[in-house]
Amino acid sequence: MIRILENLVDKNGLLFAFLIVGVIMWLSFWASKQLTRNKIPGVAIAVLAGLGLALFGGKKGIADIPLFAGMAVMGGSMFRDFSVVATAMGADLDTIRKAGLAGTVSLLTGVTFSFFLGVLIAFFMGYTDPVSLTTIGAGACTYIVGPVTGGALGASSEIIAISIATGVVKTLVATIGTPMIAKWIGLDNPHSAVVFGGLIGTTSGVTAGLAATDPKLVPYGAMTATFYTGLGCLLCPSIFYFLVNGFFN
Amino acid sequence: MIIYGVALLAFCFLFGKMIGGLLGHLIGIDGDVGGVGFAMLLLMLINLYLKNKGWLKEPTNQGILFWSFMYLPIIVAMAATQNVKAAISGGPIAVVIGVVITISGFFLVPVISKIGKHDQDS
Repeated sequence: MIRILENLVDKNGLLFAFLIVGVIMWLSFWASKQLTRNKIPGVAIAVLAGLGLALFGGKKGIADIPLFAGMAVMGGSMFRDFSVVATAMGADLDTIRKAGLAGTVSLLTGVTFSFFLGVLIAFFMGYTDPVSLTTIGAGACTYIVGPVTGGALGASSEIIAISIATGVVKTLVATIGTPMIAKWIGLDNPHSAVVFGGLIGTTSGVTAGLAATDPKLVPYGAMTATFYTGLGCLLCPSIFYFLVNGFFN
Repeated sequence: MIIYGVALLAFCFLFGKMIGGLLGHLIGIDGDVGGVGFAMLLLMLINLYLKNKGWLKEPTNQGILFWSFMYLPIIVAMAATQNVKAAISGGPIAVVIGVVITISGFFLVPVISKIGKHDQDS
C-alpha cells in the first residue's frame, strides 16, 4: 500500500505539490482569520509556513525530501515568472495614467529607495559581492523582485532565501504597522493611498494594511502597488545591478 | 477559448524572456535581464490594444487571470524550496532590512504626497 502511494506521488509530483500548497493556503487563511482576526494576512502566514517547511530539507528546501520533489517544479522559475507576468493583467496602462504623477513619482522613489537602502544595510552587515547585494536590495522591494532578480543574476540559494525573508518581513511590517501609523503620515485620502501603494509596493502588505486602516483606500493603494513588482523586476537586475556592480567592483 | 489567453500569456512570457536574454547577452551576463518586466509591459500593451479593438473575449481573459491568481500559491511553493537553513545562519539581516525599509517608507508618504498635490494644483 505504502509503495503504491509512493509510486503515485513519485509519478505525479507536481499535482501532489498543488495539493500540499492548497492545504497550506487553507490552513494559513484559517489561522489568519481565527487566530489573528485578519491582522496578519493569510498570504504572509502561508509564505512564512513555506519558509518553515523548507527547514526540513537542505539546499532545495523541502524538495530535498523525495516525497515533496514536485514542490521544486511548482515553485521553480518557469511557473513563478509565468504567473508573475500574468498579474500585469490586474493593471492596464490606463491605470497608471489615472494614478497620475504622484503615483509615478512614488513608484520610482519606492523602488529606488527600498533597493539602495537595502543594498546599503546589506553592505554594512557584511555582504560585498554585487550579485548578493543586488539580490538582497531587490528583496527589500518585494519577496518576488528578490528571487526574480537573484535568479536572473545567478545568486546562491541562501541569498535568494534572505531576499524572500526580507520581502516577507516588509509585508508583515506593512500589514501590522499601516493602521498604527496612518494618522501620523496623513494616510486618510485616495491621493496619499496612491502614493503609499507606490512607496511600499508589497501588494499583500499594502492591501491588507489599507484594509485595516480604511477599506475605501484599498483600490487606490493596490493600483500603484501592482506596478511595483514589475518595475522592480525591470530595474533591479538591469540598471540597478550595473550601478551596484560599478560601485562595488 | 481559455487556451488563447494562456497562449497569449506564454507568447508575452517567451518574448519578454527573449528580450531579457538578448539584453543579458549584450551586457555579458549569462541570464535574463528584466525579462519578466518586459513580458509584463508587452502583456499590458497587447491587453490594452485588444480591449480597445473589442477582441478580448472573456474566456481569453480567464486563461490569463487563472495564472495571475496562481502566483501566490506558487510563491508559497517557492518559499518552501529555498535554502532557508543557510539564510537563517546568515543572521538577522532580513528582519533589519525589512523593518527599516518599511518604516522609512511610511515616512516618505507625506513627502511624496505633497509633491503630487503641489503639481496637481499648479
